[in-house]
Amino acid sequence: MNSIRINKKEYTVDVDKEMPLLWFLRDYVGLTGAKYGCGVAQCGACVVHLDGEAVRACVTKMKRAIGKEVTTIEGLSENGDHPLQLAWKDVDVPQCGYCHAGQIMSAAVLLRERPTPTDQDIDDAMAGNICRCGTYSRIRKAIHQAAELQKQKG
Amino acid sequence: MKIDKEKKEITKFRLPVTLSVIGLFLIGIVSAFSDDAHYTENKEIAVLVKKDSARSVHAFKKVYAVLQSPRCMNCHPSGDIPLQGDDSRLHAMFPKRGADGKGILAMKCTNCHQAENSAGLKTPPGSPDWHLPPANMKMVFQGRSAPELAKQLVDLKQNGNKDLKALIAHADDGLVKWGWNPGEGRTLPPISHAEFKEAWITWLTNGAYAPAQ
Repeated sequence: MNSIRINKKEYTVDVDKEMPLLWFLRDYVGLTGAKYGCGVAQCGACVVHLDGEAVRACVTKMKRAIGKEVTTIEGLSENGDHPLQLAWKDVDVPQCGYCHAGQIMSAAVLLRERPTPTDQDIDDAMAGNICRCGTYSRIRKAIHQAAELQKQKG
Repeated sequence: MKIDKEKKEITKFRLPVTLSVIGLFLIGIVSAFSDDAHYTENKEIAVLVKKDSARSVHAFKKVYAVLQSPRCMNCHPSGDIPLQGDDSRLHAMFPKRGADGKGILAMKCTNCHQAENSAGLKTPPGSPDWHLPPANMKMVFQGRSAPELAKQLVDLKQNGNKDLKALIAHADDGLVKWGWNPGEGRTLPPISHAEFKEAWITWLTNGAYAPAQ
């Protein structure tokens, strides 16, 4: 078995299995939303979902990802209308924007498991996503807003 | 003539006196290790094993030194955040234990920790099933004295319900053995895994005595 499903599309993996998933996504599939930040799982810019969990693609090798379901920021919603994406736009969260694909992918796992997160839940879930521009207060506001939107959508 | 007689008298008493001195010396050594040592309350161990407090306590000293080393203690913290580094500081990002010991929300252990060590310095170490003890069985090593930890390790209510067989098998657990293959830049435990395993089994099979201090 040498296939991987990315954003609901099947891909054949014909690369070194030691290659980080982030390289495959960006250089072979052309999905450049997930970013290379630190390369050692310290910053969170590369977060994607692997079977629903917010893994760091820079240290996740292809041998772990093969046969699994990957979702990147490009596949989080059909039309860029995930409650988090809508709230992010409304609150105008990003400054430079480099870390925000990772921020949103981590926040998506948070909202799935805690539909109405407290500030403490947000701190617990987002502590591994670093923003050099310091947009943390807007990230918190957008997550609360997205939780409201999600509730309204049912 | 008088001197010869005295010499004979001394020779007559030499052997018993020497034996007594050796005997007292041996008792002293045993006492040093076993004074007030607590025999295990684990009934299975009590039935199955020899009772040799000196040997058991002596072996536990080695076991304790390993369990207090950062490679073991960092994932057996007293709080709900793992430790990291040779200085056992709080783990960066403050990931939390969670009910199953595998983290919470977007901060699960295996989001960063792979099934093997990541290459390079200051990269995430890894082993299959990387986790902390679960919230209902924290198995804390940090801050435990030697007698406290010895009693805890054989207490079914605090050791994950491990019987003697499971405890012995645990020496070869994948995460335990990771301690001797921790990746670049991490100090190894003070003795080899083989020496640790021998000390662990010696401690258990000689009564799992808790040292006096």
